Amino acid sequence: MYRPCGTFDETYAQDIAIIRTPVHWVSFVVGIVLLFSLPLLVSGKYLALINLIGISIISVHGLSILTGYTGQISLGQAAFMAAGAYSTGLLSVYLKFPFWLTLPCSGLSAGIVGIIFGLPSLRIKGFYLAMATLAAQLIIPWLIVNIRPDLTGGTNTLVVPSAKIGSFVFNSQGRIFYLIMPIMILVTFLTRNLVRTRIGRAFTAIRDNDLAAEAMGISLFRYKLLAFFICSFYAGIAGSLWSYWMRAINIDYFTLIDSIWYLGMVIVGGMGSVPGAVFGTVFIRTLDLLVKSIGPWLGTVVPSLAGVAAAALGPLAFGLIILVFLIFEPRGLAHRWEVIKSYFRLWPFSY
Amino acid sequence: MELFLQFFVNGVMVGGLYAFAAIGIVLIYKATRVFNFAVGELVLLGGFFCWSCLTWFKFPVWLSLLLALTGAIIIGFLIERLTLRRLIGQPILAAIMATLALSQVFRGLMLFTWGPSTLPYPTKVIPGSPVMAGFVVISNELLWTFFLSIIVFLALGVFFKRYRMGMFMRATAENQQTAQSIGIDVKSVFGVTWGIAAFVAALGGIFMGARVGLGVGPTPLIALKAFPAVLFGGLESIPGALIGGLVVGILENLSGGYISPHFAEITPYIILLLILIFRPEGLFGLKRIERI
Repeated sequence: MYRPCGTFDETYAQDIAIIRTPVHWVSFVVGIVLLFSLPLLVSGKYLALINLIGISIISVHGLSILTGYTGQISLGQAAFMAAGAYSTGLLSVYLKFPFWLTLPCSGLSAGIVGIIFGLPSLRIKGFYLAMATLAAQLIIPWLIVNIRPDLTGGTNTLVVPSAKIGSFVFNSQGRIFYLIMPIMILVTFLTRNLVRTRIGRAFTAIRDNDLAAEAMGISLFRYKLLAFFICSFYAGIAGSLWSYWMRAINIDYFTLIDSIWYLGMVIVGGMGSVPGAVFGTVFIRTLDLLVKSIGPWLGTVVPSLAGVAAAALGPLAFGLIILVFLIFEPRGLAHRWEVIKSYFRLWPFSY
Repeated sequence: MELFLQFFVNGVMVGGLYAFAAIGIVLIYKATRVFNFAVGELVLLGGFFCWSCLTWFKFPVWLSLLLALTGAIIIGFLIERLTLRRLIGQPILAAIMATLALSQVFRGLMLFTWGPSTLPYPTKVIPGSPVMAGFVVISNELLWTFFLSIIVFLALGVFFKRYRMGMFMRATAENQQTAQSIGIDVKSVFGVTWGIAAFVAALGGIFMGARVGLGVGPTPLIALKAFPAVLFGGLESIPGALIGGLVVGILENLSGGYISPHFAEITPYIILLLILIFRPEGLFGLKRIERI
C-alpha cells in the first residue's frame, strides 16, 4: 500500500482502517460535506450529470471488480443494468413495491442473470468471453422487449413511479441526489473492502493466472461466478437507481454502445483500482457533456454539421480518448493520481 | 418444401455477406491475435466509400468499386500503423478495447461525413435481376455475394499457398518470433493483413449497400452476426469462417421463417452462446492447451 512516510500500524484495527491519517479524515469529511451540499450549489443539467455520474460509478465498480480485478471481460454491463432497471420497473409498477425493496430485488435479479451469462466463463476466456457477454448484451434486451411487451412496454417507455420515504418523494434531480449518493458511497466502501478480503485476493489470483489460482485451491467455478454475480448485482442496483432517476425506462438506454462506454470508463480510470473507477466515470461522463455542449456550437460555425455534430462528436471523442489512454497511459488515471501524490509527498526533493 | 428451400437459399446467400466480415476477422486474428470488433464499421466504411464515389463524384461503377476498395485497404493499413502496432505485447483487454474504441471513432467520423440516415445506392451496382429456380426466388445481389465470397475464399487460398507475402502471413500466424528470426518483416505482415481484411470487409459493405442501403445505426449490427460465424467455424480457420457464415445465415433465415421474424434477430447469438458453452474452439479451430 502506498501511504505517507511515518504512518505505522500499531493495532489490527489501524491496519484495516480505510481512512487512517488525519489528512484522510479531513479530506473525507470535507469531501462528504461538499458532495452533499452540491444540490444547493449547482442545478439543471450539471446536477443531472452528477446524478448520472453517481449511478454510473456504481455500475463501473461492478465492472471494475469483474474486469479489472477478476480479469473477465464483459461487454454486457448495460444489459445487466437493463435487467435491474426493468425489475424495478415491473416490481414498482405492477406490484407497488417500495423502493427499499425493489432496490435489492433488482440487484438480485440482475445478479442471477449475470450468473447465467457468466457460466461460459468457466470454459472460455479472453476474446471468447467477450463474445459470450456480447451475446448477453444482445439477447437480454431482446428478451425484455419481446417476451412480455404488454408488461415491459416493448420498445416503448415504461413509466416508473418515484421512490419515496414516508411523505418525502424523490421526484427532482436535487432530491434523487440524496438517494443515489449514499448508495454510491456505500458501494465504493464495499468494493474497497471486498477487494482486500479473501474473495478479492482470489479474484486477483484468477486474473493473474487462473490455472495457477485453481492449483492453489481457489475454486474457479465459485469465484468466477461470484465475480459475475457481484458485477451484475451492482449493475442491477445502478439500473434500479437509473429508473428512479429517469422515472421512465427505455431499452435504448442500455445498448451495446453503453456497455462499451462502461468498459471505457474502467480503462480510463485504471484497471483494478477503486479510485480509478470513480476517476474514469467522472472523466468520461464530464467529457461527454462537454462534447455534447460543443456540438451545437460547432453547428453554428459549420452549418452543414448542425444536425449531426452532437451525435457524432460523442463517439469520436470517446474512441480517441480510449485509444490515447491505451497507448500512452494504459494504467489509467488512478496511476497518474498515484504519481502526482508521490511527487508531492517527496517535493521538493524528488530523489 | 418450397418454403423451406426458399429460406434455405436466402440463408445461404445472406450467409455469404456474413462470411465476408468473418473472413476479415479470421485473417486478422490468425496473423496478429487481435479480434477485430470494429469489423462492422469497416464494412460500413467500405460501403460508404463506394456510395460517395457514385453519388458525390458520379463516377462509373467500376471506378467507384476500385476507389472504394483501395480506400479500404489504406484505412486498414492506417489502423494497424497508428493504433494496434503500438499495443503489441499489451494484455488482451487492451486489444479488445482498442478495436472497440476504433469502432467508436469510425462511428463518429461516419456520422459527421454521411449523417445518421440510411442511404440507398443511387445506381444499380450489381448487374442482373432476380433468378427464379423452380419456385425459389434467388436475388441476384445475394447470388453475387455468395459467389464472390467463394471467389474471395479461393483467391485467399491461392494467395496463401503461392505468394511470398501469403506464406509470410502463414508463418507469422504460426509463430511470430520464429517468423521474425527467419527474416520476415512481421510488422509489414500485420499491415498487409489489416489491409486485406479491410478490403474483404469493404466488399461486404458494398454488397450490403446494394441490397439494403447503408446506415450508421443498422449496418454494423448486421456485421455483428459475423462473430457467431467466426466462432462456429473456429477462430483460426478461413474455410471455417465461410462455412460458419453460411450456417449462421441459414439458421437465422430458417428460424425467422418457422419461429418468428423477431426471433431471427437473436438466433445468431443463441448459436454463439451454445458454441461457446459446448465447443468453444468451433468446427475447425485449434484446441488450446494451457500450461501454467
